[in-house]
Amino acid sequence: MAENRRAIYNRRAGYIWLCLFLRLILIAERDGKMYDVIIIGGGVVGSSIARELSKYDIKVLLIEKEDDVASGGASKANSAILHAGYDPVPGTLKAKLNVRGNEMFDELCKDLDVPMKRVGSLVAAFSQDEVDSLYKLYDRGLKNGVKNMSIISSDMVKEIEPNINDTIVAALYAKTAGIICPYGFVIALAENAAQNGVEFVFNQEVVSIDREDDVFRVKTQDSEYFSKYVVNAAGLYADVINNMVSDKHFSIHPRKGEYLILDKEEGYLANTVIFQVPTKMGKGILVSPTVDGNLLIGPTSEDIFNKEFRKTTYKGLEKAIKGAKKSVEKFNERKTITQFTGVRAVPDVDGEDFIIGESDVKGFINVAGIESPGFTSSPAIAEMVREILKDAGLKMAEKDNFNPKRKPVIRFNELTDEERNELIKREPAYGKIICRCETVTEGEIIDAIRRPVGAKSIDGVKRRVRAGMGRCQGGFCSPRVLEILSRELNVDPLSVTKFGGNSNILTAKAKEYVANLYKELLKSEV
Amino acid sequence: MMEYDIVIIGAGPAGLGAAVEAYEKGVRDILIIERDSYPGGILQQCIHNGFGLIEFKEELSGPEYAERFIEKVNKYGIKIMLNTMVLNISSDKVVKAVNQENGVMEIKAKAIILAMGCRERPRGAISIPGTRPAGIFTAGTAQRYVNMEGYMPGKEIVILGSGDIGLIMARRFTLEGATVKAVVELMPYSSGLTRNIVQCLDDFGIPLLLSHTVIEIRGKERVEGVTIAQVDENKRPILNTAKYLSCDTLILSVGLIPENELSKSAGIILDPVTGGPLVNESMETNVEGIFACGNVLQVHDLVDNVTKESRLAADSAVKYIKGLLKQEGKFINAKAGSCIRYVVPQTVNYENIDDKVKFHMRPTDVFKNAYISVKSGGKEIMRRKMQRMTPGEMILIEIKKDKFLDNDLHPVDDITFEVEVV
Repeated sequence: MAENRRAIYNRRAGYIWLCLFLRLILIAERDGKMYDVIIIGGGVVGSSIARELSKYDIKVLLIEKEDDVASGGASKANSAILHAGYDPVPGTLKAKLNVRGNEMFDELCKDLDVPMKRVGSLVAAFSQDEVDSLYKLYDRGLKNGVKNMSIISSDMVKEIEPNINDTIVAALYAKTAGIICPYGFVIALAENAAQNGVEFVFNQEVVSIDREDDVFRVKTQDSEYFSKYVVNAAGLYADVINNMVSDKHFSIHPRKGEYLILDKEEGYLANTVIFQVPTKMGKGILVSPTVDGNLLIGPTSEDIFNKEFRKTTYKGLEKAIKGAKKSVEKFNERKTITQFTGVRAVPDVDGEDFIIGESDVKGFINVAGIESPGFTSSPAIAEMVREILKDAGLKMAEKDNFNPKRKPVIRFNELTDEERNELIKREPAYGKIICRCETVTEGEIIDAIRRPVGAKSIDGVKRRVRAGMGRCQGGFCSPRVLEILSRELNVDPLSVTKFGGNSNILTAKAKEYVANLYKELLKSEV
Repeated sequence: MMEYDIVIIGAGPAGLGAAVEAYEKGVRDILIIERDSYPGGILQQCIHNGFGLIEFKEELSGPEYAERFIEKVNKYGIKIMLNTMVLNISSDKVVKAVNQENGVMEIKAKAIILAMGCRERPRGAISIPGTRPAGIFTAGTAQRYVNMEGYMPGKEIVILGSGDIGLIMARRFTLEGATVKAVVELMPYSSGLTRNIVQCLDDFGIPLLLSHTVIEIRGKERVEGVTIAQVDENKRPILNTAKYLSCDTLILSVGLIPENELSKSAGIILDPVTGGPLVNESMETNVEGIFACGNVLQVHDLVDNVTKESRLAADSAVKYIKGLLKQEGKFINAKAGSCIRYVVPQTVNYENIDDKVKFHMRPTDVFKNAYISVKSGGKEIMRRKMQRMTPGEMILIEIKKDKFLDNDLHPVDDITFEVEVV
């Protein structure tokens, strides 16, 4: 009897101990996933904030629903431009952050080893009416604090842009405007943030956020993470994230723009970013060189209702071509190598200004509606968010070991022959060219995969090293890149994707379908 | 700096053929540079048969055809530098190339033969609107996956363009157990060889939809389907004929572009229509001592013709080295007249004609019972009856040396090729 009771007691005690143990594990696990700040969204805004916060001694996590940074939304596909800052209405966040952001790019691009060129921009006026608009823009620019602007005559425009149409009357010339590779910049920010301790999770979509005892629980489809502060940088989906937490709902609607990229042979046609006089739908269709020497034309501007409705259309592409011909007739649209659609995240608020600030829920900070000039503003937005976090009570001590420099990227194409030979001797993979159109070596591709926040898909490699971005658009190199990804990531070639999710390139081993057909045939005969 | 008599760029059929010919004409100091890890070029992945009917009078597969030349190259001990990419060529014939063993090298050549082949036109070049999911391949890339890597790029397939590789892949996919729902062709005729339409589509009941195009690609991550529509005479889609085809893969076989980035680096002038260098009767480009042959010069339908062209280029390179190729002389322009898309060669140096000159050309459309008329100064110098002409099949016209002379026995200034419909 006594023994029996003892057994029961023992069992009970064991049970209690087990419960305690499990509870401990839970807490430990939660501690393991406890952060000071969780950033939702790995676009230019989220990554800029991550990099800014990586200067401080705090624990930061960035959650991204796609398989890479700058992969899902506006940061991947846009005009690739640093705006001077004469467009936004004076006094708005857009105006302030655009001008400040623009100034920050020289140092950032140097530290992060990102190609950027301050080629300047022209707003081209082709009629007297349009010239009047130039003066309005010029005034705005002055009020916004834009430096190095002038209105120049057609002769001077022609000197800068010999290929602009002869109907040019005058232009607003802004020397501080520039061109940059947008996803290249975001990738560099993310890499540097990761080098300095920011954690990244990919392929995780936030499904709910609740707050209990001053701690946010951010649930994704597979996991959950805890933090004291949440920064909502979810771009097109910032409304969805906000509405999970805040009672003050807003909505973001997508405005799409279609673009074409032309072969490098057409790149000579523009030296600066050539804008047209803006309308209320945007800054008009531009003609611009890209940092890689191609010619970019677009975007159209069209409000759409479905955020996933990111496709190009006959009408849109035609409109972009027609619109661009107003500035530069000479380009040959048959030299198009690719086309894409970008989506701006337009907030449904008065004046369409950025929504940046702590929401009605303490510790939940919105960085939403960051449409153009969002890219240019992003470094200034990151500073602003840092200050908001500080004001909201986050203790931020500067790290003494913050390294602002990203691990340098070797670009074979830019090396001298002596440098190339030295490199190949040291690492023979740099002697094997994988992408012939853009002269990209195997060494560069391996590096892109092995870096912090490295490439995991064909598009990830493409965005980092340009393999597949040239005139053959990956026809030659994509099977080879797939092979390298499969080897480096140690995965079956069948599971290599174009951009994560179910975007697998290959569907079966050869002979598998035939074997299945044969099996079915045998079955039916029985 | 390494030095060679002849440097050949590319070890596909054109490069291999040129190397064998140059050797047989007495040149020993030959280097072939190839970027792949084995010679043969695109023939390696062309495992179907139909090669060599003219050259060897038998039906070979692509690798077998290549092997005949590779064996000779090996037997003759001609040097092939594999896994080596040429970075550029200078107009004084210095080739800069890179590989893992030697790093960046400079190689000086007395003569260069360009044999880099061609590449496929990608989606962007034909601007199909829609999304950008996985599952869009050019026919040659798909062929590489299936035949060389051993993987299937899809199961339910629509092919846009009826170029030969597209047709061959329609059959290949079917044999592999995939379903080819349709081959969609923008033009009112196929740009492929008739025999391929019969053997690759008709024999398997695959529909060929002429005067149709893909107007939209759908699917977010993977292709889910395409919308096709008929086109009018201006190639504009007729929207009320639009039809949705579900599929997981879109294969593009919409044309080949000669790969001439290296040629441009040497200052070679290209023909805007062929995309290949402008050449004379000896296959010599505007840069003295640089010759071109095969698909880098003009896109061929048959490898046998590539081989022939490579012999001519190699013979000329050998003559050039020996100082037998005349650079001065009387130049005759060969022009594409009405209903002819292009003519190769574009010029003829009368002094270099042995017996006759072979001109290759393509018509702009399909013609039945028409003539090819060759005119000079308004006078017809030759006329050939053609039962059927189609842009998908290259036409060869040979003109004897004496035909290039006018009444005073002086070489004419130019000759024009035209289609005459009766």
